[in-house]
Amino acid sequence: MPTQEEIFAKVRSALVDALGVDDEEVTPEATLTGDLGAESIDFLDIIFRLEKSFDVKIPRGELFPENILTDAQYVQDGKVTAAGIAELRRRMPFADLDGFAANPKVQEFGKLFTVKTICSYIAHKLSK
Amino acid sequence: MRWIWIDRFVEFNSRQSARAIKNVSLAEDHLHDHFPGYPVMPNSLITEGLAQTGGLLVGEASNFDEKVILAKIPKAVYHFPAVPGDTLLYTAKIEQLTDTGAMVSATSHVLGRQYPGDTSPSPERLQAEMEIVFAYLRDDQRGRTLFEPKNFVFTMKLLGVFDVGRAADGSKLKEPPGLANLKSTASEGTIGGG
Repeated sequence: MPTQEEIFAKVRSALVDALGVDDEEVTPEATLTGDLGAESIDFLDIIFRLEKSFDVKIPRGELFPENILTDAQYVQDGKVTAAGIAELRRRMPFADLDGFAANPKVQEFGKLFTVKTICSYIAHKLSK
Repeated sequence: MRWIWIDRFVEFNSRQSARAIKNVSLAEDHLHDHFPGYPVMPNSLITEGLAQTGGLLVGEASNFDEKVILAKIPKAVYHFPAVPGDTLLYTAKIEQLTDTGAMVSATSHVLGRQYPGDTSPSPERLQAEMEIVFAYLRDDQRGRTLFEPKNFVFTMKLLGVFDVGRAADGSKLKEPPGLANLKSTASEGTIGGG
């Protein structure tokens, strides 16, 4: 099991290669889409690099959950419902969802995906 | 017309790697404008050729059930220009293959130039190298699908893949059955990657 520093260093290297950003830009708090400029297709690239770097398989939807924000059951009036939050907690046990749960606007969802979230996901995955 | 930027496959190892040849010729109109008096093979078209080499490799890996599209080129380096008379050897290697797409590494080499009487031809030189990300397009819910990947089987035949191809188990790569049935629907199209 690698240390947190080792995980962060590899995640940073994956993001630098996939997004063409500088090392210094990849801070734990940086958001992928907001601060690092990632677009949807970059997530595929990032997943390829994480899989290779950590020698793990990342099934579709495991790191970046799909079909929640497009499901009427989980979204009402531009906000994720209590059921949606529960579903997110179930699918993303590695993420800190408390901040988002307090103000669950759909447009804030992307901010959940910080460099730290990816590191937590990898640590969660490697500990299994 | 078909948008094909490779001439022939010389090696095809299913799910692993492929090599294709592209001959650069002054008979290609575009070289006369790129640039007037100084013809150079555009690197964008070399990129397209590498994407076609890798795209067909990735398409064949799913037996053309998936629609393979070029999603992203995270990195590309061009070392020197290719010129008329050059033979380019394109190599594509599958680094990762998943249920959502593939990561391919690709290189272009200019083969050594040899002239009559030459006893020591110049060595082959690395002309370009890149990473290419292919994604599977899932557009089944749309009213009309963007393209039919099975049509690429014809392009594969045209480019000699079945002459040199090897399946994953090392046996000779077979043409998919039902090629004739597809023929009528494949009058138009481009090839994967572009």
